[in-house]
Order: sequence, then C-alpha cells, then structure tokens
Amino acid sequence: MDALKQELKENIIEQLNLEDMSPEDIANDDMLFGDGLGLDSIDALELIVMLDKSYGIKLTDPKEGRAIFESIDTMAAYITEHRTK
Amino acid sequence: MKQVYINSIGSISGQKTFDNNEFLNDIVDYEDNVISVIDPIYKDYIPPAAARRMAKGIKMGVVASKIALQDAGLENVDAIITGTGMGCVRDSEKFVSAIIDNDEQYLTPTSFIQSTHNTVGGQIALELQCKGYNFTYVHGSNSFESALLDAKLQLENNEEHNILVGGVDELGDHTVTIHKLINHIKPHAVKSSELLKSNSVGAVFAEGANFFVLSNEKQASSYAEVTAVKLFNTLTKAEITKAATDFLAENNLEVSDIDILILGNNGDIEHDGYYHELQSGPFKNTQQVYYKHLCGEFNTASSFGFWLASKIIKTQSLPESVKLNNIKQASFKTILLYNQYRGENHSFTLLKQC
Repeated sequence: MDALKQELKENIIEQLNLEDMSPEDIANDDMLFGDGLGLDSIDALELIVMLDKSYGIKLTDPKEGRAIFESIDTMAAYITEHRTK
Repeated sequence: MKQVYINSIGSISGQKTFDNNEFLNDIVDYEDNVISVIDPIYKDYIPPAAARRMAKGIKMGVVASKIALQDAGLENVDAIITGTGMGCVRDSEKFVSAIIDNDEQYLTPTSFIQSTHNTVGGQIALELQCKGYNFTYVHGSNSFESALLDAKLQLENNEEHNILVGGVDELGDHTVTIHKLINHIKPHAVKSSELLKSNSVGAVFAEGANFFVLSNEKQASSYAEVTAVKLFNTLTKAEITKAATDFLAENNLEVSDIDILILGNNGDIEHDGYYHELQSGPFKNTQQVYYKHLCGEFNTASSFGFWLASKIIKTQSLPESVKLNNIKQASFKTILLYNQYRGENHSFTLLKQC
C-alpha cells in the first residue's frame, strides 16, 4: 500500500504539473481539492483518466469521484480494491 | 483620424531582451540550427497555480505582456490582439501524440484546452482580467502584422485607446523534426554572427514573444509612431522594389527619407534574394539592419524587428551587431521594415519618431 501511495504522489505531481512539489510535500491524508493541494475540476478529469489508464478503473459516477479523490489514502484504498491492472 | 503610438514594449527572445533597461548590450552568439529564448524568471510574473498548466508560449506571451504593461504604466488595456503562426504547438503535439499512442483512449483535457491558437490571448486576458476585444490572427509570417493592422485601424478610428498587440510562437519538438526533414531548418549548426554567410537552404528556427502597448495618446515615454502597415500574400522578386517604393509614395515618402531599412534576412539562400533586391537596389545608400541572427526565424519573428525599430528610434542608437552596412546617419527618424518568409507573406511597416 505504501508503494502505491508513493506511486500515486509521483503520478499526480507529473500529470498535474505540480512543478514545485515533491512526494514528501503531500501527506497521505492531505485534502487533494479545496484547502489542501487546491486541485480543481480539470485536475479531477486528469485523475479520472489516470485511474483508467494506469489501473484499469473506469469511474462513471461523478459523485463517486468526490469521495475517492479526497486524499492519497482514499485513492490508494479504492485502487487496491478495484484495480484490474 | 488619430495617430498611433508605440507606448511600451516587452520582449522575450534568444537575447536578454526582457530587461527594458538594456538594448542588446551583451549579444549571445549561438552555434546551432534551433535556438530557444533566454527565459526570464516566470514565477516573478505568474502565480505558480496558474503557471502549471501554461506551456512555454503562453508563459512567454503572458510575461512579455506584463512587461509591456509595466513599461506603459498601465494596469489594463482596452483590447488584446495577438499574432501567432503556430499557436500553442507543444500542447497540440502532446494531444495528438496522446491520441496516437493511446489508440484514441485516455485523452486528458489540459493539453486539448491549451492547444488552440488563441490560448495565449485568452490567458493574457485572464491574467489582466481584461474583458475587452480579444482577437488572434494566424497567418504565417504575416500573423503579427495582421494583429498590428487591426490595432492600428481601431486606434485611428478612436474605437479603443490602449491596445496590447503582440506576436508569439514557441518551438515544439515534433514540429522542429518535421521542418528539419523538409529542409526548412538548416541542415547544420550555424554561428549566429555568420548566419548570412551560411550558404545553405533553410533557416535557424527559434521562438519568442514581443508585445507592445499601442495607443492613440502620445506619452513622453512613447517609442515611435506607427505610420503605415501593408501586407502582401505573394510577391515575386521582380515586384519587390516597386512594392516598396509604392508603399513609400503612398505615405508621401521617398527612399532618401528612410534613415534605416530593417530586413528579415534569415540566411536561406533560396529566399534571401527578396531582401537582396532592396539591399542592392534603391536602398543601397540607406543604413541597412538585420536581426534574425539574434532572434532566429519563426512566424512572428518580425515582431522582434518591430521591437528593434522601436528601441532604435527611442534610444537614437544603433547596435553594431545589427548593422548590414555602414551608412552614417545623423539621427534615426524614419524606419522601414520589410519581412517575408519563404517568398510568401510579405509586409512593409513604417515607423517614425514622435
């Protein structure tokens, strides 16, 4: 699980061009949207594509995404349970 | 009809032109066939949250615009008019490559959103919160002059008072590869200072952004007056001299009234002949200047020529590095610019001291 969390942090930094950040700057329970990392709706779309491309998970219900993308912890838990690759 | 003045400039190029206090004091002499700009510190101008989605061309355009606004002492403008030949080509390449590489699956939104030609103008407007007229001209090497002409007409008719006008283009890896394949980029590295002696086809490709605040209200700090702009899609070499002298006549000028002729020679032996017609013809006794050895070739490279002309007129100085010949001039009051790329999209621009 720890390896997956580290991988997620690295992917998020790369995919979302968070140039000034390193994985160490993101705590596992940091809020990704809103007051935390400050990600926005375009980032959410990028994350949905990342889940599909890297882990074979297709999100169809946007409401579902809100809970999944809350933090690195919630993303890692969801991916562990649902990944197909 | 109102007069049109260049009230400020902002330039990002292969030289350290982003500092308006300098004027080609230290020339960077490259030895390459593709040259990138000297980057300012973009973070000093763009908040990191906004910058992270901006490709190079957008950052260059936004920062050159902000430098121009600072130079004009303005917080905002009435309109933004941008010229670009290739637009945000890096994001276009990224998006199209993703389509191919991922078999039309997993397409991410950011590069698609940012790939359109008018992204630069849009991002500048967002940064400035400018809700006025916003237009982008895409017309090869006449892109900047098309934007310039639009601004000039609006200011002359007093429809706007201050307009931000600029030219911007960025290098993209795939585009560079393709242009090398078709010999539009020189097949070998060339020293900048020896560009016109390269004796080969193609140009040294580059990127850059040059923005200006044009106004119909003159300031003590104004650089020059834009007297006339004329565009031609096609002209033969045999027609160049007449086109140039006709343009001067339309503006009640003769060749002897021109203090400096600024030319867009890029060292391409197949197409520099257009410039040679003027150099060895009616303007052989005129001070001639070139600049693409400093900034390279790109669709809006002529906006660097426009920057150069503005600086020469305001500072009344002519850097040695841009001289094509040595004709003594007491002052630099009237400058004619001529540009074309690969024999198409010709432009004549006339600036005078104000």
